[in-house]
Amino acid sequence: MKKWLLPALLLAGLIGAWQVAASTGAIADALNLEHFLVPSPAEIASSLWENRSLLAENAWVTLREVIFGFACGLAAGLAFAVALHLSETLRRAAYPLVIASQTIPIVVIAPILVVWFGFGIGPKLAIVALICFFPITVNTLDGLRSVDPEATKMMRTLDASRSQILWRLEAPTALPYTFSGAKIAVAVAVIGAVFGEWAGSDSGLGHLMLQDNAQLETARLFASVFVLSAIAVGLFGLLALAERRIVTWR
Amino acid sequence: MRQDTRVPTEARDFAADGGSPAGAADPAGVAVRGLRHAYGDLITIDGLDLEARAHRVLGIVGPSGCGKSTLLELIAGLQEPGSGEIAVGGRVDAADRLAGCAFMPQRDLLLPWLPALDNAALALRNRGVGRAAARREAGGLFERFGLAGFELAAPAELSGGMRQRVAFLRTLVAGKPVLALDEPFASLDAITRAEMQAWLATALATDPRTVILVTHDVEEALYLSDRVVVLSARPAAVVAELSAPTARAPDRDAAVTDPQFIAARERAMAALHEGAR
Repeated sequence: MKKWLLPALLLAGLIGAWQVAASTGAIADALNLEHFLVPSPAEIASSLWENRSLLAENAWVTLREVIFGFACGLAAGLAFAVALHLSETLRRAAYPLVIASQTIPIVVIAPILVVWFGFGIGPKLAIVALICFFPITVNTLDGLRSVDPEATKMMRTLDASRSQILWRLEAPTALPYTFSGAKIAVAVAVIGAVFGEWAGSDSGLGHLMLQDNAQLETARLFASVFVLSAIAVGLFGLLALAERRIVTWR
Repeated sequence: MRQDTRVPTEARDFAADGGSPAGAADPAGVAVRGLRHAYGDLITIDGLDLEARAHRVLGIVGPSGCGKSTLLELIAGLQEPGSGEIAVGGRVDAADRLAGCAFMPQRDLLLPWLPALDNAALALRNRGVGRAAARREAGGLFERFGLAGFELAAPAELSGGMRQRVAFLRTLVAGKPVLALDEPFASLDAITRAEMQAWLATALATDPRTVILVTHDVEEALYLSDRVVVLSARPAAVVAELSAPTARAPDRDAAVTDPQFIAARERAMAALHEGAR
């Protein structure tokens, strides 16, 4: 109860202040704008309700891109982390590339990916997966390497093979690290999906935002942002819940 | 009174048929000859000879940093020595030594995601025994080790002494003829440590193994071992070898206050001081 009280109060205060500032036109006047360009929370809420089926339809498209893209990034990240962990040579050779992959400016390559993979879900998956891949790989690799060397010796004297050491000792040790990486990944995955949709798409929240921006539908634009955040927070919460259920020893 | 606290060697050996988990292990001794080992330029062990006889406990004491733990790792086949020969059950190959030795590290290192039972059964699982069969086999020993009722407890729910017992059980269930114990009770408080020493003495009476016990606690070594070797500071060499007067007597308190025990402890301490110089 007390844990929720302070953030809830702060949020209510911020929304209240925004409501007052927007509905009296104070922000718009200060920025020298038309009043309809600065929607109040109440207007955003009513737009959210009025456009619920449109928003839900497009949110579903974006959610699918995020989930499948995240799944691809997770699979690739785990496979890569294990490979880098098992081979010293590969780790030396490929680790700089993993870091370099993160410096690729997504906004710039997104249009190229659309040219390559078309208007469908393909380029969005690629972008989301690329964004998710990095935190999952780096965290999982750190986790695999954090194993107590004494524990590895203990497993060896208990007749464990290399793969048994990996599955019985290293993988469970790395699991909380992987969850940390995955939580960072889902939070940024949503942004990746929006970039992908901006580069070329006919549906999704990113696509809707572009349209609303062009048509000055500011209330609905904010409503899309709200739904997008809700998706990210929801997925983050699901991962945190899964972590609590699975990593019971921490 | 003094005689009562001593268990004759023969009696220990014959009382030993208590049903070890992986069938009675073959008697196997450990022989170390001319062992020399270095980390880079730092010579940690220089010309060491040791012998641990089958089904006896050899205690090894020495000042900290003298290479005791390295010695155990070398014996257990976790490392290859720089030069010299180590034979476990007559076999000198590192892989064979690894197969013949079970190693119990200083910290219990129980896997926190597995219940006590699965921790104890790890070696069986690694050898491909099914989960149910492995649990049955390891679970059969819980009662005798004072762990009945804690089979499914997470390691975090166990006390320090219980965790150490599960760790020892894990070493024992591996069914190997030689146990290499690296300061097994160093992390426990004094009272629990004394209890665990008495407990280990009983456990070894029912299920004798060749044990190499490394410790910096002279009293622990003298109480639990048949013979105690005192090592010098690095590079490690043998400074003294004593036979323990009251090896694993059931009444630990009486054993450690026995005048012979005290005399042996003083000799060992003197050797330790001499070797530390």
